[in-house]
Amino acid sequence: MADTFTLGGKEFSSRFILGSGKYSMELIRAAVEQAEAQIITLAVRRTNTKENENILDYIPENVTLLPNTSGARNAKEAVRIARMAREIGCGDFVKVEIMRDSKYLLPDNQETILATKMLADEGFVVLPYMYPDLYAARALEEAGAAAIMPLAAPIGSNKGLATKEFIQILIDETDLPVIVDAGIGRPSQACEAMEMGAAAIMANTAIATAKDVPAMAEAFKNAIIAGRKGYLAGIGRVLERGASASDPLTGFLRD
Amino acid sequence: MVQINGKMEKASGVCLLDYLTQAGYNLVGIAVERNEEIVSKADYDKVFLEEGDVVEVVSFVGGGSR
Repeated sequence: MADTFTLGGKEFSSRFILGSGKYSMELIRAAVEQAEAQIITLAVRRTNTKENENILDYIPENVTLLPNTSGARNAKEAVRIARMAREIGCGDFVKVEIMRDSKYLLPDNQETILATKMLADEGFVVLPYMYPDLYAARALEEAGAAAIMPLAAPIGSNKGLATKEFIQILIDETDLPVIVDAGIGRPSQACEAMEMGAAAIMANTAIATAKDVPAMAEAFKNAIIAGRKGYLAGIGRVLERGASASDPLTGFLRD
Repeated sequence: MVQINGKMEKASGVCLLDYLTQAGYNLVGIAVERNEEIVSKADYDKVFLEEGDVVEVVSFVGGGSR
């Protein structure tokens, strides 16, 4: 049986969600292809009439668009941005992102829960970016989220799984897919999150700030596949102390 | 005056579709909000901008998280 996961009734075999910020449109296509990503995030901004380049022309057609609500400081603004994104006409997926803190860009869980409820009620497939808090995760589940997207570390920091223990709690204690978002800086960190049982990884800056963008996209793809396989295989136990030989303990030459 | 994407424009009484076309917007891949309400694409030719309207014209750009 194929190992897939479902969001809003859509089945995905790729567990790599790619952000499209911070790099050129030409590289977006190459990165999506190398990543084999089936979901890509976009932002909504005021249109500049002088700019004729449309990012949608650089994204393969079979890829699901996940617009985010970046720039929203409260639930009301996030709902407005989500409605505009849907009106552009590329589906009803939305990543709710609400932050008032401009230094660490931490998500406001309270407002995120409110926006998730409003948007889920309007028929959106809502993926909220959140601070990894169990009560917030349960409230988001109740509000109708299709998955939760806890942060590994501050956005764009490439610092890795700083919130590892708390993400593990979310994976263990909620029924929603957990998509680890923000802060993942290296393939090994994406792999580790997948070994923990994450449903998928979202990455942008790690790819965009690499020397070779398409090659890093491919490296992440492979790391995510490896981590997922490791999780499904069941990670071996860790000894508290001592050692346990893997070689046979009989038949030594000196016997 | 009408506020469009943060700028004051002399567009009172102008049909939204005419305004967007003349201003050079590519109608594919945009969404329009007028006074915080979405204007559906099918209504662009039926909406006439009024004095004091606040209009936002948006499209997708590259983004992961802000």
